[in-house]
Amino acid sequence: MNDMTPIQTTLKDWETDQEVRWCPGCGDYAILKAVQRTLPQLGANPAKTVFVSGIGCSSRFPYYVESYGFHTIHGRAPAFATGIKLANPELDVWMVTGDGDGLSIGGNHLMHVLRRNVNLQILLFNNEIYGLTKGQYSPTSRIGTRTPSTPLGSVDRPTNPCAFALGAGARFVARGFDVSKNLPDVLKAAHAHQGAAFIEIFQNCIVYNKDVFNDFAAPKGAEDQQLWLADGEPMLFAKGTKGISLDRDALELKVVDVVDGDWQAAGVLVHNVKNRSIAHMLIELPFGPFPMALGVLYDDPRPTFESAVIEERTKASAGKEANLAKLLAKGQTWTVPGTAQDPIGTRVPGQGGNPETQGRA
Amino acid sequence: MATQTVERTADTQTPEAVVVRFAGDSGDGMQLTGGQFTLSTALAGNDLATFPDFPAEIRAPQGTLFGVSAFQINFGSRQINTAGDAPDVLVAMNPAALKVNLAALKPGGLIIADTGEFSKRNLEKAKYQTNPIEDGSLAKWDVLAFDISALTLEAVKPFGLGNKEALRSKNMWTLGLALWMFDRDRQPLIDWLNAKFKNKPEIAQANIAALNAGHAYGETAEISGPLKKTHIPAAEQEPGTYRTITGAESVSLGLVAGAQLAELPMFFGGYPITPASAILHHLARLKEFGVTTFQAEDEIAAICAAIGASYAGQLGVTSSSGPGIALKGEAMGLAIMVELPLVIVNSQRGGPSTGLPTKTEQSDLYQAVYGRNGDAPMPVIAARSPGDAFEVAIEACRIAVQYMTPVMLLTDGYIANAAEPWKVPDPSAFAPFPAKFLQEKNAKDAKGGDTLLPYKRDDKGARPWIKPGTPGLMHRVGGIEKHVETGNIDYSPDNHQVMTDARKAKIDEIMVPDQEVSLGDETGELAVVGWGSTYGPIRQAVRRWREKGKKVSHIHVRHIWPLPKNLGELLSGFDRVLVPEMNTGQFKTVLRDQLFIDVESLTKTSGQPFQIAELEAAIGKYFDDVAGNEGGEVAANLAQLPVAESGHDDGSLKNKRSPQSGEDQ
Repeated sequence: MNDMTPIQTTLKDWETDQEVRWCPGCGDYAILKAVQRTLPQLGANPAKTVFVSGIGCSSRFPYYVESYGFHTIHGRAPAFATGIKLANPELDVWMVTGDGDGLSIGGNHLMHVLRRNVNLQILLFNNEIYGLTKGQYSPTSRIGTRTPSTPLGSVDRPTNPCAFALGAGARFVARGFDVSKNLPDVLKAAHAHQGAAFIEIFQNCIVYNKDVFNDFAAPKGAEDQQLWLADGEPMLFAKGTKGISLDRDALELKVVDVVDGDWQAAGVLVHNVKNRSIAHMLIELPFGPFPMALGVLYDDPRPTFESAVIEERTKASAGKEANLAKLLAKGQTWTVPGTAQDPIGTRVPGQGGNPETQGRA
Repeated sequence: MATQTVERTADTQTPEAVVVRFAGDSGDGMQLTGGQFTLSTALAGNDLATFPDFPAEIRAPQGTLFGVSAFQINFGSRQINTAGDAPDVLVAMNPAALKVNLAALKPGGLIIADTGEFSKRNLEKAKYQTNPIEDGSLAKWDVLAFDISALTLEAVKPFGLGNKEALRSKNMWTLGLALWMFDRDRQPLIDWLNAKFKNKPEIAQANIAALNAGHAYGETAEISGPLKKTHIPAAEQEPGTYRTITGAESVSLGLVAGAQLAELPMFFGGYPITPASAILHHLARLKEFGVTTFQAEDEIAAICAAIGASYAGQLGVTSSSGPGIALKGEAMGLAIMVELPLVIVNSQRGGPSTGLPTKTEQSDLYQAVYGRNGDAPMPVIAARSPGDAFEVAIEACRIAVQYMTPVMLLTDGYIANAAEPWKVPDPSAFAPFPAKFLQEKNAKDAKGGDTLLPYKRDDKGARPWIKPGTPGLMHRVGGIEKHVETGNIDYSPDNHQVMTDARKAKIDEIMVPDQEVSLGDETGELAVVGWGSTYGPIRQAVRRWREKGKKVSHIHVRHIWPLPKNLGELLSGFDRVLVPEMNTGQFKTVLRDQLFIDVESLTKTSGQPFQIAELEAAIGKYFDDVAGNEGGEVAANLAQLPVAESGHDDGSLKNKRSPQSGEDQ
């Protein structure tokens, strides 16, 4: 995010007149509302906000937010967003992608936008399926996912979006899910982070991959399987009856019981968003034996790409005059005096000779 | 000194032009030698053209045929348009360089060879059974063979360099000799060496000593050998300040000028690729001109970031060569769809696929004109020479900004690398074309209130450019078909028809200057129509026939798409039209399609530019009274056709039993 004068807006101000074309019941609706609810709280200015997306269900997002929006091509949104931020760092850029767009066709660009640390918010809607192309398995689909392209079940191992992001060098990694009431807080934390802020948002594809996240992301009843992390707070879940501790011999995390709220006695870890090693462990926790780690998993800012580019340009330009005429005549030159009887005036434009035609551009 | 005695008619006349080719191992510094010789030639006031020809490998194994790097320069007291057909002088730094380049040398031409490198091992590597310097096989030419290596070591002895380091100065020794041969001033070279090795004065001194020793050797050798001092008088050029320029520099400067004329900062997204990288390198050093360069993770990201920058209000530019341009195709379609300015520079090389990365070709014309999904019209313009690329780059920026469209600028490997003298232009002579950004809503809704129509077109058919950050003009764009005015998603049949027509009409109606005749009359028996880097050889070939009274004209097309409106009428004034191009006839197809006229094709795809003589022969076929002219096909020029020695195939493909066949892959 950028330091901008807060603007007073309401949720309504962020709604467009466009007919929303997602399937009824799609998790995208909930995410859209969460974003539209968050933007006024951030004091965001619609005129300085840009939503950039690739291709897929998630990538229709910009059409439904009353700001500037650029619906680009499949997988390349990070590259467009990078160009936009380099051209105008004052813009507040939100990038919306999906598991197919961001991790399959666009995996390379996602890696580099994170590595470069371009200052923007990246919302990756993970529904573990290709929705817009009618239900093929995606790079996050679990082994055995039966789809039109994998009628016998998929055999390749899925990738973990947050592990990918952290591995690529992301300085902010968070998780949320579509219908979570905590999603706006995660969005706000991402926006507060200076640099590339990566959020994996589990999203329910009602048509092709219904309820695959219900174990932890059902609208009601799955709360005990959610480990909501907050900086400086103990890693507690299941209404404080369980916590995450470190097995110091095996160097791995373990679930411990917390009796009478005495988490200290149980050895429950306190979340430190700057601890990269613990962030790796939290991201890799196998769901089932462990709850799903949610919220801000990692947040440790570094200078942004565009600030480095601007600084470099400022330094490189210092004391230099942007004089084009001088630039053109740079290096060793020689002068032909005006005494030639029969100059090579037949030299056509661009061969350097014919001043009459030089102005025609 | 082992000089073969050859009978030679004394050439009493000073030649108008001389062609020199420096050839050596790719590690011998031949490109640098050629570059510095070019500079001294320019400073001497000669007109010139150069042709660097180097292998794709950075350091090919020493002494091998495929590791030979060459630099050819044609210079003279008259106008020079090409790097010359056959060299008058060949400097061969080792047996491989001699073998690869000998076929091109003029009969009676001079060979300067370093006998220090003609060892048994190097002769074997070059696949010589016997030493050509001693076996009489060079009798057709003058040979000046002596141990340059030893002479260099001797000259740089006082500086206490190691043997390897000392031998690096061989190219400067050779350059010194060449400077003597053509009566050149050494001082600019000495200044250059002192500046280049500012922090290593002993290296600078050693190189200067080698340069001086080579020069002094010329004085001595003249007494007895075939070496002659030749003075080429300065060419008569239009008054003004000149410099030498390569196409890559010229494109870069033209883009900077174009951005200034558009009053926009420039964003350049690139990805390393031969032979286009030099543009990225040049622009990366021009930050004070408001240039941002971005080396992206791939070709696709390079163009997408450039489009992103254009969307945000800068002039987006990307550059590549054929394979990279192919990757950018989808993003070009988006730029056409969202109608944003963008300049795409294609420095063409031999294809398809990886093809010939360091060789030149014009075979991406179809790709430029037709190579996208959907009906995706895009203007295409082509530079004809290194200097011309400056103006063409400005023209590309103008079209992009005024018509809100991506524009493809074609150069090629020859233009990118070749150098020519360039009269430094006055930037204020170019008419500015400042970009305009929409500041407020541009239409009225049904109730008479202000509303924004992001696709409302102006008289040029261009939509408004709306910078994010502008209050009140929030809107959405994307690659999905959009409503004719609002830009909202609209798949309806009538709308797609209207939008397809609007995109096409905008490009078709771009204001393109009328086509002029480059050389000759506006009517005649034959029009030779070229585009791109064939300009030089076509011009010279046409000039030669015109001097013999033939009614042939040279027409060189800059605007490939859309074509100049008068081109059809102009060509109808000629009985026949011949289109030479370095591909299998791509511009011919465009001309036949667009103008519905009969066009004949002369094609060449050897990775080498056309020679004047080839074109001269081809043109001759159109005139009945030319001696020895039976019509029909133009015979191939064997000296220019690819031979085993000229490429990566070192001959081992034909002879699988060769012990070399394994190592050289």
